[in-house]
Amino acid sequence: MGAVATGAVIWPQVARGNARLAGWLSALVPAALAVWLIARVPDVGAGQLPAASFAWVPALGLTLDFRLDGVGLLLSVLVASIGALILIYGGGYLKGSPQAAPFFGFIHLFMLAMLGLAGADHLLVLFVFWELTSLASYLLIGLAHDSADARKAALRALLITGFGGVAMLAGFILLADAAGTWKISELAARADAVRAHPAAHWMLALILLGAVTKSAQVPFHFWLPGAMVAPTPVSAYLHSATMVKAGVYLLAKLSPVFSAWPAWSAVLLPLGALTMLAGAIFALAQTDLKRLLAYSTMSALGTLVVLLGIGTDLAVQAAMVFLIVHALYKAALFMVAGVVDKATGTRDITVLHGLGKQLPLLAFAAGLAAFSMSGVPPFIGFIGKELLYEAKVQAQTAGPLIIFCGFAANAINVAVALKVGFSPFVNRGEIPQINPKAKQSALLAGPLLLAIAGAVVGLWPDLIGKNLIRVAVEDITVTPTTVKLKLWHGFNLVLLLSGLTVAAGIALYAWRSRVRGIVAGALDRMPTRAAKTFDAGLSRVIKGAGGATRFFQHGNLRGYFAVLLLTVAALVFHAARAGGFSVPGFEVSDLRFAPVGVMMMMVVATVLAVRAKARVTALLALGGVGYGVALLYALYGAPDLALTQVLVETLTLVLFAFILAKLPPMRSRSSPRRRALDALIAGAAGLAVAVALLAARAEPAGARVSDAMVADSYLVAKGKNVVNVILVDFRALDTLGEISVLAIAALGVAALLYNGSPTRGPGSQATATAMYRASIRWLVPLLYALSILLLLRGHNEPGGGFIGGLVAASAAILRELGRTDGANGPRSPVLPVACGLAIALASAFPAWFHGQPWMQGVWLTWEPWLPLVGTTKLGTPFLFDIGVYAVVFGVARWILDLLLRGEPKTTVATADPD
Amino acid sequence: MEPIFAILIGFLTAAGFYLMLRRTFMRLLLGFLLLGQAANLLILTAGGLGPGTSPIIHPDATTLPPGHPDPLPQALILTAIVIGFATVAFAVVLLKRANQATGTDDFDALDTTDS
Repeated sequence: MGAVATGAVIWPQVARGNARLAGWLSALVPAALAVWLIARVPDVGAGQLPAASFAWVPALGLTLDFRLDGVGLLLSVLVASIGALILIYGGGYLKGSPQAAPFFGFIHLFMLAMLGLAGADHLLVLFVFWELTSLASYLLIGLAHDSADARKAALRALLITGFGGVAMLAGFILLADAAGTWKISELAARADAVRAHPAAHWMLALILLGAVTKSAQVPFHFWLPGAMVAPTPVSAYLHSATMVKAGVYLLAKLSPVFSAWPAWSAVLLPLGALTMLAGAIFALAQTDLKRLLAYSTMSALGTLVVLLGIGTDLAVQAAMVFLIVHALYKAALFMVAGVVDKATGTRDITVLHGLGKQLPLLAFAAGLAAFSMSGVPPFIGFIGKELLYEAKVQAQTAGPLIIFCGFAANAINVAVALKVGFSPFVNRGEIPQINPKAKQSALLAGPLLLAIAGAVVGLWPDLIGKNLIRVAVEDITVTPTTVKLKLWHGFNLVLLLSGLTVAAGIALYAWRSRVRGIVAGALDRMPTRAAKTFDAGLSRVIKGAGGATRFFQHGNLRGYFAVLLLTVAALVFHAARAGGFSVPGFEVSDLRFAPVGVMMMMVVATVLAVRAKARVTALLALGGVGYGVALLYALYGAPDLALTQVLVETLTLVLFAFILAKLPPMRSRSSPRRRALDALIAGAAGLAVAVALLAARAEPAGARVSDAMVADSYLVAKGKNVVNVILVDFRALDTLGEISVLAIAALGVAALLYNGSPTRGPGSQATATAMYRASIRWLVPLLYALSILLLLRGHNEPGGGFIGGLVAASAAILRELGRTDGANGPRSPVLPVACGLAIALASAFPAWFHGQPWMQGVWLTWEPWLPLVGTTKLGTPFLFDIGVYAVVFGVARWILDLLLRGEPKTTVATADPD
Repeated sequence: MEPIFAILIGFLTAAGFYLMLRRTFMRLLLGFLLLGQAANLLILTAGGLGPGTSPIIHPDATTLPPGHPDPLPQALILTAIVIGFATVAFAVVLLKRANQATGTDDFDALDTTDS
């Protein structure tokens, strides 16, 4: 399998250069594999199954279990041997075509999938390979992807088989649940447990759905004829010999578990019989060689399903023989059809004639295969047909009806065989000119070998009967059996049926054009065609999905937001209800005068902001809310936060002052009704937040995360301002991330404002008064000094890098505003940001030299005394804080500078026009 | 005081959401600002309000006295405030560019990606 996988990569490359060479060479691997597999037959017969198991997802108990039992061996021999011939044939067929390279890639992928399928001993592994075959089939049908027909047919096949695959997966899960094992080899022993499962019938139905979609049973058959748009090598391989047999293979593999159920045969017999008959009748209406063969394949698949549905020893024998027989002659005939197409450019049987002289070898192969298909002795097809009739004659239920269906289908198959294998080669008038390329050995090897194999096996049936068939049958029926295949069964009912079949088939062939007219006419009058129904259903589904998408993804951003809010609110309320939430008790004595006063001010400011018609009013009101928050921080023991909040609030106002005039004004657009609705939605969401907060506070408080931080703050991290210590030491990595976010945000602002021209506009245009300039002359240096003081003492008292940086940025912007010369701002606004990040990052490394983990604080023993600060401890956390200071300073200054002079014609907004 | 804080936070949040549900770009910005304030207060309150002492160790002590406020939410809020400034700046510029690019400041006019 590894070699096949490698082949999927290598051969497309070779095929790009020389497809024919790629065909011959790549065929060596599957050919060798086929020989190896056949050599394993005696081992398998003796019960020594080659098995392997690889861990896949050990945590989930998933293993890639492989175990080659009799049925799997039979299938993989077919896959490998026919695969080898198909590769040779495909190389010749697609030589010089742009499809050659992808063909070799996909066909190897498919081969790999089929071999995996045949060897899988784990239900999920089987499913994965099953789906992989569907996928490979999709890619191969769609090889001519510039044709709309090919794409449509490929999609149809994928949807049908994919749908079946998903159903099958559900069935598998039920099955594994019932049996308590995923291993297919262990299922048979637990058949009773499976049957006792409450959802047993669902399980069977789902699994059967997988099998019948894959094997093109009515009413899921229509993808198969559609798949004929694929290049002929693909049709010959996937859609006659191997992939469509996967459904039958699955039935065979699971037959030990299910075949005793009445539902098994109750479903499979009618379904198979109907498919058998319908496929045959549809075939009568066809004139295209490939479609003709496709419908007869469908009919053959129906036959196989019927046989497995009967489930007796003999029926299973017949099924396995027929599986091989059909693969041999059908692949051969498909290849013949391809060569005929190549030679003449048409596949229309009403036109084709006289090819026998030109292509004698092909005619020989076609004749052999057609005889086998017709079930004429001494070909293997005859053995298959004999067994088939015998099995049906011996079947307990619905025998006569099935025999009738089988008889009709077989008779038609004889006619089809004649149409494909005989008619194109017979002389009728002038000998047509043919394309000499059709004579190459690569194209003839496949059909010849397969047809000869059919004949040889027909003459010496024990070649396969004694071992290959026997091991497969024993696996399915779970009883030791002996398989005796022979050409001559004596004069009996079965032989009579065989004879009549051939006679009827010849009759159908003789009056073929009249029969075709009648059948085609009848089919045209049929009220529905499965393919049309499917397409109509599919377009309805697509339309429905489109409607649903437009309903949910309507594009209205506010609509999404409202849905989001309501959903979260509903979830919170539900959780609160389920958790027994109650509004906490409250005593008036708890009230503190100052915070309540601040809050009232904030509420007023908020109302003002919400109702404001002008941007300035709203922003000032919001500023009021912000300063109120700062006061609350101050009142509730968070001096660092209060400082930061005041600074940021101020800088935010400055920011808006710079850009406000360039922002769109506020307009009232919503109807009062919509406003009321939005107020309700927002109110519900706000209430949900309050409830969530109270519910969280009502939980009994365990140990705080910060307890250890508080304990270690001074003794280990040498800082008395715990908040600052957390920022620069305990959670320094976090802070490093956050200052990076700051840098990225500033970069984003710069990128958005960059309007293609690197030149920057002038700064403020002489709006600063002389008085202003005079005052900032001493204020700015003082502010810088203050910022450094805040940074230095931050480890022990309120302050630190964040606050210091903000103060420094305020100073810088004051200075900017005082400029009257229109000079440029900071020469490189990025510099402090980059340096700051570098410093912060660098502070993480010294710990390594002390044998400590990355970012661990390292302190100097030297503790200098500084004015206004006192004894200062120096260490990497302090270095880190310097980095924070630089980044915050740089980012705030950069952003404000960008807004101030990002575009030409910037003025310091002093009044808002609205 | 925590229930009062919860009411205030709920009110601020509702006002923020209400503004964000409006059609005008400017009001989205205002709502975004308000929501930021509410979120920071929410973190503070969720950590427990305490008596009002600050998480700064007394010069003579080696650790905080019992009943001290939780310093961790404060550290989180501190960075959140500063990052809030940067994101507001980004949002302002983004909306300004969106206004320039689309020629509208009405969210209801922005219901397709192709314009």
